[in-house]
Amino acid sequence: MTNRTGKLIEGATGKWEVVIGLEVHAQVLSKAKLFSGAATAFGAAPNAQVSLVDAAMPGMLPVINEFCVEQAIRTGLGLNAKINLVSVFDRKNYFYPDLPAGYQISQYKQPIVGEGVVLVDMPNGETIEVGIERLHLEQDAGKSSHDMHPSLSFVDLNRSGIALMEIVSRPDLRSGEEAAAYLKKLRTILRYLGTCDGNMDEGSMRADVNVSVRKPGAEYGTRCEIKNVNSMRFVQIAAEYEARRQIDLIEGGGKVEQETRLFDSRTGETRTMRSKEEAHDYRYFPDPDLLPLEFEQALIDRIKASLPELPDARKQRYVSQFGLSPYDAGVLVSDAETAAYYEEVAKGRDPKIAANWVTGDLFAMLNRLNLSITQSPVSAANLGALIDLIADNTISGRIAKDVFQIMVETRDAPGAIVEARGLRQVTDTSAIEAAIDAVIAANPDKVAEVAAKPKMAGWFVGQVMQKTGGKANPAVVNQLLAKKLNLPG
Amino acid sequence: MSDLATLTLAGARDALRRKKISSRELTTSFIKEVEGARGLNAFVTETPELALDMATRADARLSRGEAGILEGVPLGIKDLFCTKGVKTTAGSKILGNFVPTYESTVTRQMFDAGAVMLGKLNMDEFAMGSSNETSAWGPVISPWRRKGSNTPLVPGGSSGGSAAAVSARLCLGATGTDTGGSIRQPAAVAGITGIKPTYGRCSRWGIVAFASSLDQAGPMAHTVRDCAIMLQAMSGHDPKDSTSAPIAVPDFEAAIGKGVKGMRVGIPKEYRLDGMPSEIEALWAQGIAWMKDAGAEVIDVSLPHTKYALPAYYIVAPAEASSNLARYDGVRYGLRVNGDDVIDLYEKSRAAGFGREVQRRILIGTYVLSAGYYDAYYLRAQKIRTLIARDFEQAFEKCDMLLTPTSPSPAFGIGEKTDDPISMYLNDVFTVTVNLAGLPGISVPAGVNNEGLPLGLQLIGRAFDEATLFRAGQVIEDAAAFKARPDSWWK
Amino acid sequence: MSVDEKTVRKVAKLARLAVPEERLAPMAGELNKILAWVEQLGELDIKNVEPMTSVAKMRLMRRADVVNDGNIADDLMKNAPNAIDNYFTVPKVVE
Repeated sequence: MTNRTGKLIEGATGKWEVVIGLEVHAQVLSKAKLFSGAATAFGAAPNAQVSLVDAAMPGMLPVINEFCVEQAIRTGLGLNAKINLVSVFDRKNYFYPDLPAGYQISQYKQPIVGEGVVLVDMPNGETIEVGIERLHLEQDAGKSSHDMHPSLSFVDLNRSGIALMEIVSRPDLRSGEEAAAYLKKLRTILRYLGTCDGNMDEGSMRADVNVSVRKPGAEYGTRCEIKNVNSMRFVQIAAEYEARRQIDLIEGGGKVEQETRLFDSRTGETRTMRSKEEAHDYRYFPDPDLLPLEFEQALIDRIKASLPELPDARKQRYVSQFGLSPYDAGVLVSDAETAAYYEEVAKGRDPKIAANWVTGDLFAMLNRLNLSITQSPVSAANLGALIDLIADNTISGRIAKDVFQIMVETRDAPGAIVEARGLRQVTDTSAIEAAIDAVIAANPDKVAEVAAKPKMAGWFVGQVMQKTGGKANPAVVNQLLAKKLNLPG
Repeated sequence: MSDLATLTLAGARDALRRKKISSRELTTSFIKEVEGARGLNAFVTETPELALDMATRADARLSRGEAGILEGVPLGIKDLFCTKGVKTTAGSKILGNFVPTYESTVTRQMFDAGAVMLGKLNMDEFAMGSSNETSAWGPVISPWRRKGSNTPLVPGGSSGGSAAAVSARLCLGATGTDTGGSIRQPAAVAGITGIKPTYGRCSRWGIVAFASSLDQAGPMAHTVRDCAIMLQAMSGHDPKDSTSAPIAVPDFEAAIGKGVKGMRVGIPKEYRLDGMPSEIEALWAQGIAWMKDAGAEVIDVSLPHTKYALPAYYIVAPAEASSNLARYDGVRYGLRVNGDDVIDLYEKSRAAGFGREVQRRILIGTYVLSAGYYDAYYLRAQKIRTLIARDFEQAFEKCDMLLTPTSPSPAFGIGEKTDDPISMYLNDVFTVTVNLAGLPGISVPAGVNNEGLPLGLQLIGRAFDEATLFRAGQVIEDAAAFKARPDSWWK
Repeated sequence: MSVDEKTVRKVAKLARLAVPEERLAPMAGELNKILAWVEQLGELDIKNVEPMTSVAKMRLMRRADVVNDGNIADDLMKNAPNAIDNYFTVPKVVE
């Protein structure tokens, strides 16, 4: 791993390096649960999506959902990881009200997916390589609500038994920003693959953030695990807060205790869990209700053949085929919907111009209105049509910006807007010539100036555009001005 | 009216089909027997109304000529099988009021085949025991007594209620479950027949789990044929149990009567224990002679890892049990003792709900799985299981079945062994190897000791070859002509 | 390997079993007897032996991704000691 010294944090005793690894729990997109036929949909009535198996009634047995297995393999392939032909389900034993069996079926020593790698582009142009240690399948737990009764917690098992993929990264992240960017990239990959919807609001993706600090070059420090952080921003805030806390603690003569901490999103702080747990002893052993999960290479090959183009490959293609900058390409592939939108706009058009419009005006507008690309008032077809109007000189680039605004407000097609509002560009040289002549006649002093300072020509262009209501074709204006003012062409 | 004292399940089935008797009549008679035998404590829940209702429906099907395999036959169900709408306790206070909303696959199949349920049978708590003394509902008293003695004896366990009910003729057959010998050992000491089929033959869905990798349901009845008929209905692949074998079920009853001529019977020398009672020794020798007389070739084989089976079992079974029993926490069902917080609630509910032997096994199981001990105990025991299974595979290269005693001793007195867990565990010394290797084993009554108490012989077969056990079991049954019956002192 | 009262207390905690103080010592004794008895497994050389994963020699059965279960909340609550509004309840948990 490269030593990314730029990320170091200043402390009272010198610079510190923060070391972060993420354990991401991603809910597998499937209709039914991992070991039962109950539904996985979000927001059902309490305990409605619970089978006898999910409630761990006496004598109930798990049977694995084959699609969840395929989703895990698909994800593993998307993470460039080794898929294990034999994996084993273990029981992780602990008592908790939302864990009905008293154990979670998980994979401990032999996960379905082994080592992989994820490339993460940072805004400064740097690409970091984050190692994936493993991915395993496990059951989700239910949900306890503590605010519905003065003295009781209420337990809803609708989530109990839903398939999760736990994706464990190596401690390769060196800042809260990197951690958030990694999580974002991971989410992008899962959404491309269709293996997780990535809806962090609904809990379908959560991260446990492992943070430690050390002096550069030193051994890893003692780490703390911040449980269940549920947004990218919170991952960054939690990691930054925790790193600072640990540095201050050590520099104040204290010692970091290995512990599980909670993140309070209101204060941006992490705190020790109040329920003091005894040292975990999960007593893992292979689940005797299940056999080892074995499959053939042919299954992996079949899934591999069905994989979509993934963000890294697509970005590469945008750079090589479309000539986009790596940064723009990275932004455009960051989610599958944006990439699809862009490709529709770019189809049969100049890909760079298309990219400028999408990453420029379109993104700014969506940002301002707080909309996702799928909710955009300007469809990809309409944006494409707008670009066409510029390309065929129907309107100028400047007018196009105005048309775009009208498109946002009216959702109308650009052609109709241009016609209805008479925004068609003037390319008629005589009309433009007349405007130029009028400007020259009215400003003899400026004409004299421009002979000495050819850069003054811009002023004339502006005047002419104003006179024509912005509709004059700028190329024609430039060309005629040069001639009339005897400027070097 | 048939004579209940000699009626077999096969006999009843035939009489029902020939309309010589109705299921209602038969069921009514058995309900009376059950009510008259409450002193044995074999049934924990009697379901006479349900039984009569089932019998009525069976009679209707019989009259339409739509008889299933067990049509109209009154049976008892071990209280480990979840029965829809009928209290299922697993012999434990922690499930003292548990009424399942679902039917176990095995009982559903039996009821679909026409069986009539007389009630739920007492058992060791969570099937952990060899004498039925760990039941929260009190011990089952064996119908058998030593000659000239009134000392109450155990019926064996954990399917002690099943063994006592069949042997006291309170039902024509009963379901049992066998994790380390819990069908075969009580069958042997109660003078009846019982078979633990191959692991995966019967679905475990809806049977309260003790040790998942060892548990198997099976029938207990008067004769080999009765067991074959019952197992036919109980067996088959279940898509709800991942360990249920997708293997066709042969016609077990059809195997009976084919004899053992030309078959090879292995005698494992390691089962000849030091200090084994001479009556057991003699019984075994008798069994060997019967096999030879029937034309089988008897050969010596070796199962070198036999002595490690019982200790390995007492790691694996408690380990799995400690995890399987974690669900009994007082939250969703079962006994709840309120506490200051949730942990307190768990600890109090479980302490109050589980009996002493169950707690002991939970602690042992928790300990052997805990950090730092897993390799030394659980992993080692699972490796020894591999060796034990390999022993059997090698033996079955040389023979078609193995013949051994079922139990190292006849029934003992209630309270005689409760203070020494290990001496209690030793009751399973001949049966437990079979569970560890997942093989089928049948116990057939073969004689009585000098006190008049029954003794059984065990046949062990290749995986999914129960048919051979029925064939050979019938040979022993015929040769032994076991006619001993307990005096009906409880009536 | 033998267990003392402290170990029994720890294991009982893990197993969520309230064991009264006066039972700790006798329980340690009982457990030690059993552990001493299983100690004989140490005699065997098992270095090159694979642990048994299952006696069922078959492929792990799979189910299709079909919703065919659930919507039985009423049934689930039937045996619940203190259900409220189709929720199971426990004394309030503090995280």
